[in-house]
Amino acid sequence: MKNRGLLIYALAYLAFLYVPVLVLPIFSFNNSEFIAFPLSGFTTRWYQSLMDDSAMQHALGNSLKVGSITALLATGLGLTAAKALTRNRLRGGSAALGFISLPLFIPDIVLGLSLLMVLGWVGLPLSLAAVVLGHLLICLPFALTVLIARFEGFDPNLEEASADLGEDGWMTFWRVTFPLMLPGISASLLLTFITSFDEFLVAYFLSGTEATLPVYIWGQLRFPERLPMVLALGAIILTVSVALVALAEYVRNLGIKKATVGA
Amino acid sequence: MSFLDISNVSKSFANAAVVNRVSLEVARGEFFALLGPSGCGKTTLLRMIAGFETPDSGSISIDGETMTDVPPHLRPTNMVFQSYAIFPHLNVFDNIAYGLRKEGLSKQGLRAKVQAMLETVRLEGLEGRAPDQLSGGQRQRVALARALVREPKLLLLDEPLGALDKRLREAMQVELRALQRKVGITFLLVTHDQQEALSLCDRIAVMDQGRILQIAGPRELYEHPNCRAVADFIGEINFFHASVRQIDQTTVTVNAGLLGTLTLPRSNLAPGIGLHDHILLAIRPEHIGFVDPLKGMLTGEIVDANFLGERSLFHIRIAGRNQPIAVSSSATPPASSVHLAFPSEFLVGLSSD
Repeated sequence: MKNRGLLIYALAYLAFLYVPVLVLPIFSFNNSEFIAFPLSGFTTRWYQSLMDDSAMQHALGNSLKVGSITALLATGLGLTAAKALTRNRLRGGSAALGFISLPLFIPDIVLGLSLLMVLGWVGLPLSLAAVVLGHLLICLPFALTVLIARFEGFDPNLEEASADLGEDGWMTFWRVTFPLMLPGISASLLLTFITSFDEFLVAYFLSGTEATLPVYIWGQLRFPERLPMVLALGAIILTVSVALVALAEYVRNLGIKKATVGA
Repeated sequence: MSFLDISNVSKSFANAAVVNRVSLEVARGEFFALLGPSGCGKTTLLRMIAGFETPDSGSISIDGETMTDVPPHLRPTNMVFQSYAIFPHLNVFDNIAYGLRKEGLSKQGLRAKVQAMLETVRLEGLEGRAPDQLSGGQRQRVALARALVREPKLLLLDEPLGALDKRLREAMQVELRALQRKVGITFLLVTHDQQEALSLCDRIAVMDQGRILQIAGPRELYEHPNCRAVADFIGEINFFHASVRQIDQTTVTVNAGLLGTLTLPRSNLAPGIGLHDHILLAIRPEHIGFVDPLKGMLTGEIVDANFLGERSLFHIRIAGRNQPIAVSSSATPPASSVHLAFPSEFLVGLSSD
């Protein structure tokens, strides 16, 4: 069969992408402290011990807080920037876009170090608030990319039509721009939340005594006996992350279909 | 003072003049067209009237009110966009009701008003439809209804029929004309389609490169274009070089080369032409006749014939002239060698530059 080779290639490709990740859930159900084959039986005790770990739950709470606040801020700031960049004949618009996107290309470790120094100079304590600021830097380019694409996908005449029909800028935003941007806004919220939730380096530098979940996990790796529990936690995070990203993509596509109704 | 008064309006983008000192007056209730090729500035002028662009200089007033500092949402105008700009997240009813929020109508009042407008544009029964379930012609009507329901003083139409196929476009032209008579609102139409402007509008301003070349009624524009660009843009036309020999009280005598010496009504001469000026004589294809050899002014050979139904368009080559002459006639000549007559009342003298 002619497609045989192609099929094998595709399967190898998928295996390369997903087998390492699947190791996590498999060992999280393995009834042994040692991460090695052969498997020694099914257990949910690692998940049970997660439930009893209050430090982990505190870290999870921190991550949820940081993620949510970062997502809201990044999406809010991204929305205004994206509107300005796509709707107005802005002088230096492309330069502004470049500068906002730049953190994408700065290694997180450099970003974390510089933020640590700046916080020291300004006299701000290491805290979750500092982590939010750091994550904002990282997340803004993602929010902006998603939102600009969305703005470019809908006819600017729609906003003009609203003005023409008697609505000022504020009401036009709520009656036309916001509903049409909603899929983009949701996608941006989910994406920036996940980015912040998964981020380790910047959080490691800036979180101080209040660990976020990835920082907590890193700390746990010193104790070999706790490793299976960390794997269980990883498996949960993995599942939720994939679900959220899939949801974000779904919502975004939903919107693209709607917004392309034109003349 | 006229109803819509545009005076000396200019607008440049990136130092290129898009609208150049345009002045224009439109009367209340008139169906007026801005006609010109794409890029002539007609849409920019329309957008300045709607308030989406600000003139660099000059003023626009509607019904005696200067619009300079009035933002788009407070102007007594409504616009039908070329892309229709139907709100994709609202159904037909909500699209039409969009601009009525501030009127403080009761639920029944709003429903009655939208319903009446649905009937006016013949969209009854479609109020629950989403925009993506509508045909192009239906969307066009939603755009029209949404603007008209606000009872604007001035309705602005930006190439409203451009996206429709030919048959639908012709049907919508008839409807648009009837609708304008019915609602009695002043319509300002922007189009590049000369046939559309001629058949719909009371008066037409022909624009080119940011300037207005001529403002006149359809017949006047067609029969007495005031310059070469207008003559060329409005339908097909033949040009002959000529020079003015004599100007009398009511007639003008010109020497037209191949056509010989001709005498035409003085009113057929564009203003500003003087004695001995070099001019262009213009004549429409349908005004040139096939005649007997004795009455013919020129003899030529048919090189191309296009059957168009009721009439045919012939291209006729004449010895001593590069450009074939276009003749439109309902009769088909018996032989390919033909004799042509050029009635002097249909020859229009235009400045040659």
